[in-house]
Amino acid sequence: MQTKRGLRLTLKQREGVLGYLFISPFIIGFILFILAPVVQSIVFSTNKIEITSTGFDLIYIGAENYKYVLLENADFLPTLLSTTGKMLNNVFWIIVFSFFAAVLLNQRFKGRLLARTIFFLPVIVSAGVVLKLDQTDYLTGVAYDTVSSASNIPGSSFLSGQILIAFLLQLQIPRKFLELIAAAVDMIPEIINAAGVQILVFLAGLQSIDPSLYEASEVEGATSWENFWMITFPLLTPLIITNIVYTIVDFFISPSNEVITMIRETTFFGRGFGTSSAMMWIYFASIAVVLAIVMGLWSRIPLYRE
Amino acid sequence: MANAERRFSFKGVARSVKRSLIPRSFLSGVGVVLRYLIIAGICYVILFPLIGKFSTSLMTRFDVWDQTVSFIPKYPTLNNYKLAWEFMKYPTAFLNSLKLALLVSVTQLAACTIVAYGFARFEFRGKGFWFALVILSLVIPPELISTPLYLNFRFFTAWGIIPEPGLNLLGTIWPFLLTSMTATGVKNGLFIYILRQMFAGLPKELEEAAYVDGAGPLRTFWQVMVPSAVPGMVVVFLFAFVWQWNDYYLVTMYMRNQTVLPVMLENLAAAVLGDQWQQAPEEASLLNSAGGVMIIAPVLVLYAFMQRHFVESVERTGIVG
Repeated sequence: MQTKRGLRLTLKQREGVLGYLFISPFIIGFILFILAPVVQSIVFSTNKIEITSTGFDLIYIGAENYKYVLLENADFLPTLLSTTGKMLNNVFWIIVFSFFAAVLLNQRFKGRLLARTIFFLPVIVSAGVVLKLDQTDYLTGVAYDTVSSASNIPGSSFLSGQILIAFLLQLQIPRKFLELIAAAVDMIPEIINAAGVQILVFLAGLQSIDPSLYEASEVEGATSWENFWMITFPLLTPLIITNIVYTIVDFFISPSNEVITMIRETTFFGRGFGTSSAMMWIYFASIAVVLAIVMGLWSRIPLYRE
Repeated sequence: MANAERRFSFKGVARSVKRSLIPRSFLSGVGVVLRYLIIAGICYVILFPLIGKFSTSLMTRFDVWDQTVSFIPKYPTLNNYKLAWEFMKYPTAFLNSLKLALLVSVTQLAACTIVAYGFARFEFRGKGFWFALVILSLVIPPELISTPLYLNFRFFTAWGIIPEPGLNLLGTIWPFLLTSMTATGVKNGLFIYILRQMFAGLPKELEEAAYVDGAGPLRTFWQVMVPSAVPGMVVVFLFAFVWQWNDYYLVTMYMRNQTVLPVMLENLAAAVLGDQWQQAPEEASLLNSAGGVMIIAPVLVLYAFMQRHFVESVERTGIVG
């Protein structure tokens, strides 16, 4: 320790220097591989980009790309709106489902470990390769409708809403109502497959509840129904907002997202980097607005908070 | 104590009388059956695409068009696998992908552990700000920054150090290595968060004892703290490995023309069926299913053996906070 005296730093300063030393990889990485590209993509969005043999040339065109995306491109805004709507819908059902699934998995029963393993499986495999296959696959993808009459290969949708409609129409139920049901049924796999992490978060929350609370209320004669609404639910509400934010972000950056697909197509097959950067920023801004609204609303709801 | 009290309480007696009016075993029996039905249904939905992919991979084109075939092909064949094995150069591609995934996950683990320790155990000005940026890095979609990153790695000048036009890093492991070393790879913010929680949960006495014994901060970190954080590190390593292995987007962007599994899978149909492969979409689909199964299978095997680490330690490391 004698040699260190030469530095003449107080203990506190030394701690600060050490702290910065430890996090320095992230600081460097953030500046080089996140901040710089973000700034660059702002620059790109106001330019036309031309790839040349020695690099790329930027031609400044001001807000032209934004104008094109917002005013001229007929597909972007409707897709953005419908995706946002779909996201809100999905978020609601994912939260309800994951809450329910976590309560279910928290009970003791035979095969609980296996059930948990399977429930969490989508987090491991559903992204990446599997998704890519489903998106590009002829038999499960675009051509599914036309092919399904001739072939019956097991696709990615487990229960076609159309089949259900055909069945229920025979029962003389109004068509409008049936279409709603069919849409809901078609949504099930998507909801279940996107809920892995949320289930875990709720499960962890359930397990952190002090069992003595239940013991005490049981002594007082509460039923398990009352226990659920008086103890379990209020104690888990702080986690709901965690899960809402996670779900929104997850949906937002998911490669299966229609807006993301559109942006990628614009980058590689359409008007190029400039236009797609403008699209990305508009998308980014709209999601930020959604997140702000959701969190703002949440803070107004009177709930148990830690 | 609670049990003893309840046994003699009046309310407890009243309740057990009430219960005996409805046969409790019947009620709970219905509940159990219902629970298993729901769980089985959910498991079915999750496993369906995987089973579907697997059964498709064993079919011939005759099975595809046969109305009576749903899951079990009439003419099961391993031909799709044979073709996929050969044209994906599976052994080479597998090894290359394995090397890439191992390198990336180990590097990310090392970088994230160091950064997380800095956030967990040192007080310094601007800590909150930098940690907010860690979380922010999770929210930024890869698509937003991948285009500029792509161009940077295509014409890599190391920010002015290497003269124009710079190096072409595409097709090498450097794009992955550089982002991994600086803890800014895919979902690294999450890893930093998990590991920070892990370190924060360890008792301060561990470090104090090490300091009293004369160990410096680096030695304390390496010899005392890192070994104690192994459970969290296993989780991070597994996730980093699996996500890198499954990654399609970045690998096909940075590693085009390399013999790695996702790239080989993308070109599989064209390689087997020639330029006109879009004329035979059902053949392409059969091949892709076989190739896809060959990529996912190793991950499934890993998950089957390590699922305890995936599921339980995520709970214990306190993602919830």
